[in-house]
Amino acid sequence: MDTAVETRALRRVYRSRNQEVVALDGIDLLVRRGERFGVLGPNGAGKTTLIKILVTLLLPSSGEAFVDGLDVVHQFRELRHRIAMVSGGENVGFGMLKVKEQLWMFSQFYGMPSPAARRHITELLERLGLSEAADRRVSALSSGMRQKMNLIRGLITNPRILFLDEPTVALDVGAARDVRDEVRRWMAEDPSRTVILTTHYMMEADELCDRVAIVNRGRIVAQGTPAELKQQVQQDAIVDLQLTPGSRLLDALRAVGGVAAASVAEQDGIDRFSLQLSSDAALSGVMRVVESSGRQIRGVQKREPTLEDAFVKLVGRGMAEEEQP
Amino acid sequence: MRHPSALRIFLKTIAARAYPRVVASFRNRTWVVTETLLPLIGTIAMIYVYRALHAPVRYLGFVVLGGVLLAFWQNVIWAMATQFFWDRGAGNLELFAMAPTSLAAILLGMAFGGAYVSLTRSVAVLLVASILFGISYSTAGLLPALGIFVLTICALYCLGMLLASLFLFYQREAWQLADAMQEPIYFLSGFYFPVRSLGAVVGGVGSLIPLTLGLDAIRQLVLPGTTQFIPIRWEVLAIVVQIAGYALLSQVSLRYLERRAREDARLILRST
Repeated sequence: MDTAVETRALRRVYRSRNQEVVALDGIDLLVRRGERFGVLGPNGAGKTTLIKILVTLLLPSSGEAFVDGLDVVHQFRELRHRIAMVSGGENVGFGMLKVKEQLWMFSQFYGMPSPAARRHITELLERLGLSEAADRRVSALSSGMRQKMNLIRGLITNPRILFLDEPTVALDVGAARDVRDEVRRWMAEDPSRTVILTTHYMMEADELCDRVAIVNRGRIVAQGTPAELKQQVQQDAIVDLQLTPGSRLLDALRAVGGVAAASVAEQDGIDRFSLQLSSDAALSGVMRVVESSGRQIRGVQKREPTLEDAFVKLVGRGMAEEEQP
Repeated sequence: MRHPSALRIFLKTIAARAYPRVVASFRNRTWVVTETLLPLIGTIAMIYVYRALHAPVRYLGFVVLGGVLLAFWQNVIWAMATQFFWDRGAGNLELFAMAPTSLAAILLGMAFGGAYVSLTRSVAVLLVASILFGISYSTAGLLPALGIFVLTICALYCLGMLLASLFLFYQREAWQLADAMQEPIYFLSGFYFPVRSLGAVVGGVGSLIPLTLGLDAIRQLVLPGTTQFIPIRWEVLAIVVQIAGYALLSQVSLRYLERRAREDARLILRST
C-alpha cells in the first residue's frame, strides 16, 4: 500500500448558535508513503482543521479520510498507535518534570517498555543536541529547546506518519534549521515514513517538502512539487519594491495593467512589495502609481520566482496579509 | 502491526500520569507550606474554637479527622476535577486524547498521584494536631476505621473522575464552580462537627459526598461517644454503592466526553 493519507470530498463545518463556518470545503488529497508533504495556506485557511481530522481529534462533517489505510472516523483506536503530532508553540507537559522524565511520561501513554523508551530518548536527545538539558526542568527551557523536546516526543513512539503543525513557528533561525534537519534525518532512516507539514514559511516548505498543497478558504487551490508550482509564475517578471511607509497602495498596484499579482510585508519600517508582472513594460505603470502616492523608493530588485510568488498568484494575497472583507 | 495490549497501556498510563504529582511534592518546596502547613493552621484554629467553648476532647478529634479528610477533598476538587480544564489550555488534553490510551487511565493516574500527595499532608495533620492537643483514639476501632478510610478515598476519587469530565463541559466556569462548591461542602459533609447535628434531610443530601458518611463512620469507630448519623454498616454499604455508582457514571461521562469532543472542537482542542 503506497498511500499514506487520502481524503475524499472532506468537509468540516463549525456551528455556533446562529453561525456556520465552513473550515474545509471538499478537500481531495493523496499523499504517498515516504513523502514530505506540505499544506500551505493563510490563517483560517483550514490547515489545522485538516490536521486535527487526520490525527483523529475531530470528526469530518462529511467526506472520507484515510490515514495509513485506516478510516479516521471508525478505526481511530488502531490509527492512534501509528501517528504522532507536534505543533508549534506547544507548552505541553509539566514544568517541574525534567526533560527526560517528560518524554518518558508521554512514551508510556503508548505502552512503550520503559528501558526501550529511555534508550530511545537518550539517542534522540543526543541527536538534537539536548543531552545536556536532559536533567533540566521543562520550565527552564528556551522556546527553541522546548520545541526540539516536543519533536522528540513525536518521534519516540516511532510513528509511521508524523504530523507537524507549524513546527518552527517563533523559533530562531538555528533552532528552526535543527528541527528541519532532524525531520529529514528521521525520514531518511526509513523510506516508508511520511511527514505531513503545515507551515507559514514558504522557504521551509520549498526546502523540506517533496510536494505541497495550497489551501485557501477550505479548498485546495493547487497541488504539486514546489518546482511545479513555481512554474506557474516562471513566465512572470518578479520585482521587489521597497518603499517608505504611507497610504494604502496595494490595491492601486494590483489595478495596474500587466500586474498579475502583488503582496506586501512590512519589515524594519519599510514596506516590501512583491509584484508579479506579465511583462517588463508594466513596470512603468507601477512607477507612475508609486510616484503619485508620494512614497519614496528605497530599492528595486528583479529576482527569480519563489514558492511565495506562486502562493500569492494562487491565493491572491501573501501569507502575512489579512484577508480583505 | 503488533501493539502493546490495552491493559498494558492502561497500567503504564496510570503510573506515568501519577509520576508528575509524586515528584512535584518533592520538588516544589512551596507546596510544603500551602499543602501541609496552611491546612494544619486551619485545623488548629478550629481546635482553639472548640477549646474556647470548653467542648469535650472528642470534639477536638472531630476537627482533626475532618482535617485529615479535607486534604483529600481539596485535592479532588482543585487537582482533579479542574485538571482537564487546565490540561486543555496547556495542550496536554489533545495529546492525551490522540494517544492510544484512555482518559480514564489518565484520571486514575491523577487520582493515585493526588492521593499520595494528600496522604502525606493528612498524616502530618493527624500526627501534629493529635500530639499537640493530646487527642487519643480508640485502638479497637483503628483497623476497621482504616478500611473505611480506604473505601471513602476510593469513592471520593471516583467522584473526582466524574467531576473532571463534567467540569470540562462547563469550560471557563470550572474555577468558579470549584470555588463555589468548597464552603457548602465543608458545611454539608460535617468536616468540623458530627453530621447528625444537621438533621436527617440536610445530612442525607450531604451524604451524596462520600466524605460525609466515611467521616461519620470513622469518628464513630475511633472516638467513642460520637452520636451516630446512621449505623456504621449502612454507611459502609452506602460508600460501596457510591464507589460503584460514581465509577460507572464517570465512565459513561468520559465516553460521552470523548465522543462529543470529536464533534465539538472546543471541548478538548487547545487552539480552537
